[in-house]
Amino acid sequence: MSTDALPYTTTIRPDTGLTNPKLGIWLFLASEVMLFGSLFSAYALLRTGAPSWPDQSATLSVPLATLNTIILISSSVTMVLAWAGAASGKLSRYRLYMGMTLLGGALFLVVKAFEYGEKFSHGLYPSTNNFLALYFTLTGLHALHVIGGMIVNAYLLGPGTRMWTRDHLRFTNRVEIAGIYWHFVDVVWIFLFPVLYLL
Amino acid sequence: MSSPNPTTHAVNVRPYLVIFATLLALTIITVAVASLKLGESTTVLVAISIATTKAALVAMFFMHLKGEKPMIFWPLGLTAVLFASLFAFVLWTEGDHLFGTRFMDAFGTSPTASSPGREH
Repeated sequence: MSTDALPYTTTIRPDTGLTNPKLGIWLFLASEVMLFGSLFSAYALLRTGAPSWPDQSATLSVPLATLNTIILISSSVTMVLAWAGAASGKLSRYRLYMGMTLLGGALFLVVKAFEYGEKFSHGLYPSTNNFLALYFTLTGLHALHVIGGMIVNAYLLGPGTRMWTRDHLRFTNRVEIAGIYWHFVDVVWIFLFPVLYLL
Repeated sequence: MSSPNPTTHAVNVRPYLVIFATLLALTIITVAVASLKLGESTTVLVAISIATTKAALVAMFFMHLKGEKPMIFWPLGLTAVLFASLFAFVLWTEGDHLFGTRFMDAFGTSPTASSPGREH
């Protein structure tokens, strides 16, 4: 155990029954639910109140979005496998799966950028209609969350690995917390995919 | 570097792979059902139900919510109530568009029965 300024990073805090990072990430994600919830409800309000609505599946590419769904779900699995590798003390396995998680995030963004480019080249912008305004706002905010998660994951794969030998349990907890955030980003996409592409 | 360490423990990854396969199957099902064009309300119901199931699987297993301490569920429960109320307010204001009916006006007459002002 290192002499940290931060308390309860590895030991359970008696009054909450949790480590501080675990409670912290869930409180943060609760606020994130409301952030995305406000935009989802804006979508519901604007769509139900609109006299007509564009054919979403004809405007956007369902195959590309399906591919991105598979990529993001896969990166969620590799993230949990990276945590399992760290928890069982297998550094090479951790590095392999964390690398694959980062690759998944990067692939997702490449597909998303291609989709955006395709829309722009056809003169489809956020200002075109309410649907596209919501599409770009929701997927743009989600993409920012993917980038944020990738920065944390890249740190944990690179310089952050120094903690592996120094304080292994704390390192494993960090990977778990980063994972909980990464899975949340996956959950948001799980809802964005049908709402924006299929309905 | 992976020397024996008292802080490590073996993790059974098989359940994670089962969840992964389930998530992929549900993704294929939701795309297939949407392509059938079953009508708006059916498509919405199926798509949102499958998405909720997928999200629950991710939260329970990948995010380790299954068997988590009560202190996690209190703030999440509050969030669920607030999240639901966001949509309840949308339903409240837009219910007439959604269900094809109009609410009774302040005088207790249904505006769809006849246009107010024309019958005098």
